[in-house]
Amino acid sequence: MREAKAGLELQHEVEQFFYREADLLDDRQFNAWLELFSDDVRYWMPISMNVRFGDEASELTRERKDSAWMDEGKETLTQRVKQIMTGIHWAEEPKSRMSHLITNVRIVEVTPDDEKPERISTRCKFLVYRNRLHDEVDVLIGKRKDTLRRFEGSWKICRREIYLDQNVLLAKNLTTFF
Amino acid sequence: MAAPPFTPDSSIRTLVRADEGLVSREVFVSDTIFQREMERIFSRAWLFIGHEDFIQKPNDYFVSRMGLDSVILTRDPQNRIHVLLNSCMHRGMKLCRYDQGNTRAFSCPYHGWSYSIDGRLVERPGELVGVPGFTQHYREKLDKKNWGLVRVPQVYNYKGTIWANWDENAPSFLEYIGDMKYYLDAALDHRDGRSGGSEVIGGVQRWRIKCNWKFAPENFIGDMYHDISHRSVDMVGIGPSGGKGRRDKFSRRAAVGFKDLGHGVIGELPHREEGPYVPVFAALPEVEAYYRKVYEDRVRNLGNQLRVKNSTGTVFPNMSFHGRQPRTIATFHPISPTEMEMWRIYLVDRDSPDHVKDAARHYYLRYSGPGGMTESDDMENWSYATEASKGSIARRHYYNYEMGLGYAVPVPELRGAMHSGEVSEENGRIFYRRYAQFMEGLDWNELMRADREERGRVHA
Repeated sequence: MREAKAGLELQHEVEQFFYREADLLDDRQFNAWLELFSDDVRYWMPISMNVRFGDEASELTRERKDSAWMDEGKETLTQRVKQIMTGIHWAEEPKSRMSHLITNVRIVEVTPDDEKPERISTRCKFLVYRNRLHDEVDVLIGKRKDTLRRFEGSWKICRREIYLDQNVLLAKNLTTFF
Repeated sequence: MAAPPFTPDSSIRTLVRADEGLVSREVFVSDTIFQREMERIFSRAWLFIGHEDFIQKPNDYFVSRMGLDSVILTRDPQNRIHVLLNSCMHRGMKLCRYDQGNTRAFSCPYHGWSYSIDGRLVERPGELVGVPGFTQHYREKLDKKNWGLVRVPQVYNYKGTIWANWDENAPSFLEYIGDMKYYLDAALDHRDGRSGGSEVIGGVQRWRIKCNWKFAPENFIGDMYHDISHRSVDMVGIGPSGGKGRRDKFSRRAAVGFKDLGHGVIGELPHREEGPYVPVFAALPEVEAYYRKVYEDRVRNLGNQLRVKNSTGTVFPNMSFHGRQPRTIATFHPISPTEMEMWRIYLVDRDSPDHVKDAARHYYLRYSGPGGMTESDDMENWSYATEASKGSIARRHYYNYEMGLGYAVPVPELRGAMHSGEVSEENGRIFYRRYAQFMEGLDWNELMRADREERGRVHA
């Protein structure tokens, strides 16, 4: 794959897209957040294992075959939002204080070209901070690979891979999005 | 209700009055009690440690836990299964720090002692085979035969699930589970009734929860009263057939508990004729067609054999399983009085088509695990129940398990089984009665006496 040399304008556009997405989550504008995803989105968060040098190929659980932390489509993402909005999803009631920090945003592939991009592949890093009730804190850090497609002039996320830098999950649950 | 203040001499019978439905908060938060649990329960009871699917080939290994101890589950080239303490005999280093893999020997990264699991090379698996400087530094004065890895004396493979017991005097696994076996079969057998026939989808979810480990097995042993925990997911509806709720319909549920062994389930009472077909995964017609077919095969394969189904169940002390939706095994590894590490694996019919496995996997992941829409709310409740039981006043008080006290009736087809309708705390009382027996340090004759007498009666 050729390393894309995305222009400053496109880079800026993608960064602003992710920052706005993070704000929607942290402001609990979940329905607006859902709008950022295509109907055929795959939102997948594999489990990372401790493997011997040379066995890196088996470091992650396999897509469509193995277990995962999350393996979602638009339907279940929507269900998760609805669950939070019931007001009796105890894991998020009262609500957690949440900040999504997105950094190291890179555009790695642009299709068909930089002039009129229709599909872009990106990489970034995330830090998701959750503070809950009095003293409960989760810090979840990892990498994300996103594919964005242009739909009627605006970007939608059609694929999101989330690589959490943990083996044993050091949080009691995952009731936020990445 | 107030309990007397806890002292190191307090009798477990004061703290755990299971027959009255009273269990002191102290047993959920005390360091002293926790240490006693590690010695008297986790060093003696049969513990679920993994699945054969994790060690399919010779020299495959999988690292698991038994209480606070790390253990390595291995398959040797002769296809025998072993469980070895994961601590170098020289200076204690965690010998294997991978989750799973394949190796002929474990070599310690600290000073280099190495241990073989190859039964062809050594007399017993885990034997010390390599000691750097054995000739030059030890001058060959080290009895290598005495310094092999500590080996778990009893290991049992039940339909692919691997169980281990540190106590060589413990009864066999089959005696330990008794007629709970029928419900375990309901999870492990093929949906069409063939023995075994399930496989684990790859990967283990492992996560930490700041709660006492007992909240989980007591929940899964048959707490149908905690529906409000999951009301949000029921309102949204995540069931495999669409609509409200979180599972397909499952009629004829009862809390069935094994009063002398400490196990229990929410499941069907035993019967010899399959009930009418109830559509499952109706939202996905191709998947539903599979379940319809295996239902018909099941009717044929089982004939008039005794059979059950179950939703949740617990094998004392720390293994729970769902036999139906989602079909899964969970283990609750104690970390401290107020923290546990939960592991979840998921089961599917081994020979089912990929689209059936895929649908099951998707359903499991939206239901269970830390990201599960149902399970995530349990975590909140268990954590903050632990938290709110820590105070010096709080821990003087009992939890209440009085519901349905005195209403359980025997299940004649199953040895030592009682049932008490669907919503009851009888199974909680059964769990804590067994817990108190182990915590008192009873010997195996005493621990198994009631069950053995029951068996004598059945056979008489």
